Amino acid sequence: MDAKKRTLVGVALTMLMVTLSACTGEYPQSTLHPTSDFGGEIDRLFMTIVWWALGVFVLVETALIVAIIKFRDRPGAPMPKHVHGSTLLEISWTLAPAIVLIFIAVPTIRTIFRTDSTPPENAMQVEVIGHQWWWEFRYPELGIVTANEMHVPAGEPVTLVMTSEDVIHSFWAPKLGGKRDVMPGRSTRITFTPDSPGTFLGQCAEFCGESHANMRMRVIVEDSAGFAAWVAQEHAAPPAEETLSGDIAAGLGVFRTKGCIACHTIEGVAAGVLGPNLTHVGSRATIASGILPNTAEGMARWIRDPLGEKPGSLMPPMPMTEEELSALVAYLQSLN
Amino acid sequence: MATNLDQHAATTATGPSGIWSWLTTTDHKRIGILYGVSAFAFFLLGGLEALVMRLQLSAAGNDVVTAEFYNELFTMHGTTMVFLAVMPLSAAFFNFVVPLQIGARDVAFPRLNAFSYWVFLLGGLFMNASFLIGAAPNAGWFGYANLTSAQYSPGLHVDFWVIGLQVLGIASIAAGINFIVTIVNLRAPGMRLMRMPVFTWMTLVTQFIVVTAFPVITVALVFLLFDRTFGTNFYSVSAGGDVLLWQHLFWLFGHPEVYILILPAMGIISEVVPTFSRKPLFGYAVVVYSGLLIAILGWGVWAHHMFQVGLGPIADSVFAASTMLIAIPTGVKIFNWIATMWGGRLGRALRGDACLPAGRPATDGHVLRRGTLPLRTGGRRRAGLVRGDLLLVAQGVRAPAQ
Repeated sequence: MDAKKRTLVGVALTMLMVTLSACTGEYPQSTLHPTSDFGGEIDRLFMTIVWWALGVFVLVETALIVAIIKFRDRPGAPMPKHVHGSTLLEISWTLAPAIVLIFIAVPTIRTIFRTDSTPPENAMQVEVIGHQWWWEFRYPELGIVTANEMHVPAGEPVTLVMTSEDVIHSFWAPKLGGKRDVMPGRSTRITFTPDSPGTFLGQCAEFCGESHANMRMRVIVEDSAGFAAWVAQEHAAPPAEETLSGDIAAGLGVFRTKGCIACHTIEGVAAGVLGPNLTHVGSRATIASGILPNTAEGMARWIRDPLGEKPGSLMPPMPMTEEELSALVAYLQSLN
Repeated sequence: MATNLDQHAATTATGPSGIWSWLTTTDHKRIGILYGVSAFAFFLLGGLEALVMRLQLSAAGNDVVTAEFYNELFTMHGTTMVFLAVMPLSAAFFNFVVPLQIGARDVAFPRLNAFSYWVFLLGGLFMNASFLIGAAPNAGWFGYANLTSAQYSPGLHVDFWVIGLQVLGIASIAAGINFIVTIVNLRAPGMRLMRMPVFTWMTLVTQFIVVTAFPVITVALVFLLFDRTFGTNFYSVSAGGDVLLWQHLFWLFGHPEVYILILPAMGIISEVVPTFSRKPLFGYAVVVYSGLLIAILGWGVWAHHMFQVGLGPIADSVFAASTMLIAIPTGVKIFNWIATMWGGRLGRALRGDACLPAGRPATDGHVLRRGTLPLRTGGRRRAGLVRGDLLLVAQGVRAPAQ
């Protein structure tokens, strides 16, 4: 092989690798690995359309490439005949795509009705409320209010009834199903049945202002025992004030005096409604709608500089000493 | 007649140069060039904005720009590419080519044409001037209510966007009327509608979409401006307004806008392919009708931008089906282009057999020149159309060998 050919082969191989590398790995928000009935429906429809599209693509591109090669200008080529059209051809290539479309339209419309019909009677209801920039999840049947991490049992249908406190958001946990907008003054609904336990990432999918990209969520699908345990934990009242001691007791004092109570709810301590309910904040894996790990360090970072972590955040930084901060973090981390 | 034409040519195509002559020109070719140059400049600006966005995204947690500026970048990138790059690029071709293709000396209202260009340019500059005071539009190129309300978008950001788009709308509607009048009234004698070049056809169709779709966004923007400035409640949920009203109005404009952008390009392809295949366009009438059909169907698909809104399975199905229907005329165009190439001689089309006025040296800027624009119609019959000094050569007619 001469140098030029080697370069060409090298370029081709590199391009192939770059292209194929997109196929490897299972990304946390890939719609191509669905884990619910809704996600499966979309995936099947997607693959149906991909195969039809691939067939059409190959046929049309072949015709185009053959025409370009076969009829390229060559010395001595005869002048082309002036053909103006063919009624038969026009009719056939109008009908052909129409027939292909029938094979695409029927499964499409079936999927639309299957994924957006009346939810089953036994579906568990979760109210989803979008906020700039975090998610509130309420379980009216269970009396639970939490934020940014939604727990649902595997194998059982769940219906999300959604609205927004401020601007339009969109609920999107890609592996579990399609997007559905979360709008002020309107109620929208999405129903799905998760296949199996796991933690699935999601995020707001409608541009909603400065920290739209920081509005993430987790859907934690558990087996029925795990879900029951989570419900029991959420139902447990926080430890009584007089049982607290040391840093934790001091942290509660900080929570009361530094303004936290104005916006946050902790059962028996505060009843603010502007920010997330913190009654069981210690049990979550992340804070600040999924942008920081829920460790002492992560929480301290968040409380110290909410605007730095999440531009535009409605939570202001509260002036406090490092001692107060670590006490507050210790208190919040204890709220399991 | 000939004298007038010579004078006209003398002051335009070969007329005085210098900045003043360009600022005051009403010549369709010069205005076309101005549109093209401006569109390219805005295209570079929009590309630069995309480059910075990609730089920010090149690594997780990057700090190239602030969150706020990033939002301004993608808002202005989208708005710039749609309204300040692709639309004026089409306008460059409308201006330069359509009068030539129909054998008109200029557009029907040359001064209105200049007005359209300058209003477009000022609208684009006005919107971009917002960067200078750090208040560039930041609510997305789609500007969904109620994020655009005074409550959730304080400052001048959205006001620049609203007023800028309104100004651009004035330019587009004025140009749309101008070209409709031009194409309907100024065609050379004998050029019936179904003998018009396909590019002129697609221009006509596009301009009808412009003058019908832009009023819709105008209304939506007036509502928004009034909400922000005078305290009306069109999109205000707390006062009984509806955030979906914006989405319906925006996409009722926005989807026809897609065809405002694509139909001229399809028209260009329908000229280039036959010319460089040395064959007339295959299925001229079908290509024209499919363009018309795309424009008409384009009005019935807007809610496919709103599938995630939750309009319900019936509405979603109807709009899914209407959207699929557009694939048919679009496919038909592509099949006709390939059939045009089939049996042709693809390559250097205009070597010696350009469309030339019979027996006349083609030197005037208005007269078709050898090896420049491929100007042909796709009509069934071959016909040379003469008007004044202009000779418009319909398909298949060639100058005798020289």
